[in-house]
Amino acid sequence: MNPAIQFRDVSYRIGNTRELLHNLNLEIESGETLILLGRSGSGKTTTLKLINSLLLPTSGDITVNKRLTREWDVIQLRRTIGYVIQDVGLFPHFTVARNIGLVPEIEDWPEAKMQARIKELMHLVGLDPDIAARYPRELSGGQRQRVGVARALGADPPILLMDEPFGALDPITRAELQREFLALQQRLRKTVVFVTHDLREALLLGTRIALVEAGRLATILTPEEFVRSSDPQVAVYVNAFETTAPRGRA
Amino acid sequence: MNFFQFLLQNRTQVLELTLEHLWMVGVAIFFAVLIGIPLGILITRWPLLNKPILGSANIIQTIPSLALFGFLLPAPWIGARASRLAILALALYALLPLIRNTYVGIKGVDPSIVEAGRGMGMTNRQLLWLVQLPLALGVIIAGVRVATVISIGLATIAAAIGAGGLGEYIFRGLAMVNNQVILAGAIPAALMALLADVSLGWLEKRLSPVGMTGRHE
Repeated sequence: MNPAIQFRDVSYRIGNTRELLHNLNLEIESGETLILLGRSGSGKTTTLKLINSLLLPTSGDITVNKRLTREWDVIQLRRTIGYVIQDVGLFPHFTVARNIGLVPEIEDWPEAKMQARIKELMHLVGLDPDIAARYPRELSGGQRQRVGVARALGADPPILLMDEPFGALDPITRAELQREFLALQQRLRKTVVFVTHDLREALLLGTRIALVEAGRLATILTPEEFVRSSDPQVAVYVNAFETTAPRGRA
Repeated sequence: MNFFQFLLQNRTQVLELTLEHLWMVGVAIFFAVLIGIPLGILITRWPLLNKPILGSANIIQTIPSLALFGFLLPAPWIGARASRLAILALALYALLPLIRNTYVGIKGVDPSIVEAGRGMGMTNRQLLWLVQLPLALGVIIAGVRVATVISIGLATIAAAIGAGGLGEYIFRGLAMVNNQVILAGAIPAALMALLADVSLGWLEKRLSPVGMTGRHE
């Protein structure tokens, strides 16, 4: 197999004291959905931001598409990687269409091609074409998140980074978007790195789950292996989830 | 002779002085914007320059205006014409609100928006022109508004060094102990300040990012 993203002995430290990530070794295969699962502050988001060079590792190497991130032109690197964050970060002064067409716009696509792409993307993520001229604040949370996903897919990047993209949504909308994400991923086969603290989401969406604890990679398992694992760190997570989940579910 | 008769009788001169006043303030604000906004942007990029630049602008503000006019008097070329000198002094005073509001406006842009832009591969320049400046525009215009209103008031003092403007009437009235003459300078200046405040306030609202206010295109 040929990993799309590779971490080799990666540590990330703030100053000399706080180590957010310790000696991470991780290979993410092309076309898989790797879940980074862990509690708040475990280093999931840090790991994600190291991939698109929003953060630079204190030590170790990160390879994206066979090239070290520090050898990439950082702008080019980021444009080959879609990025979706929890707060969505939509530009409030841009319409839905302009938000979605942002990467094509800054890549100087011809107008007609860009408009066609925007239409295609809105259709892809299930957005009504009528809302193209609206501003983000006029949308529902679910619509905003769809726009966020469409924007990340703008220039058809092979890699998608998603940082708790559905975290702020109500349960019904979240379930709907999760289902659509699965269907979308079946078609597009992007390399997806998906951060969440929600085990149910991890089991549903992931091809593999990487459990991150206190800046260290605890283990990587498929969802089937994960629920059956006897690893104490995994068991803590599974138990915590089972005791909080209502009976008769999960 | 009452105040209105005085204005009517001297209307050409009142108009002339008003235009002179407006010209001084306009040119001063023009240059202050040209310098202050880039400086404000600069200190968002190089935090090390933050203290020296904002500090200097702050110190300038603390110099009494009459003293500043006096300090600049010996300057070559500038000192040769009173109006040049007045424009320079007014521009210097206008710097602080412009630098500060530009800085605060850009810094105030939601960090998740900036991060999203950066994460999608926007260059610093694209981030500045497409995201940070448009979103900070309302705050920046508010700075222009404050600077303009202050300048209109300060410009009356420029008459003390012979730069003209509506301050002429104020100083003349003071010398003549004639309230009507003082008011002939003070009232048009106050009206001008009020007008500038209202119109720039309107502009501030107009130029605030569309998606942030209730306005639709």
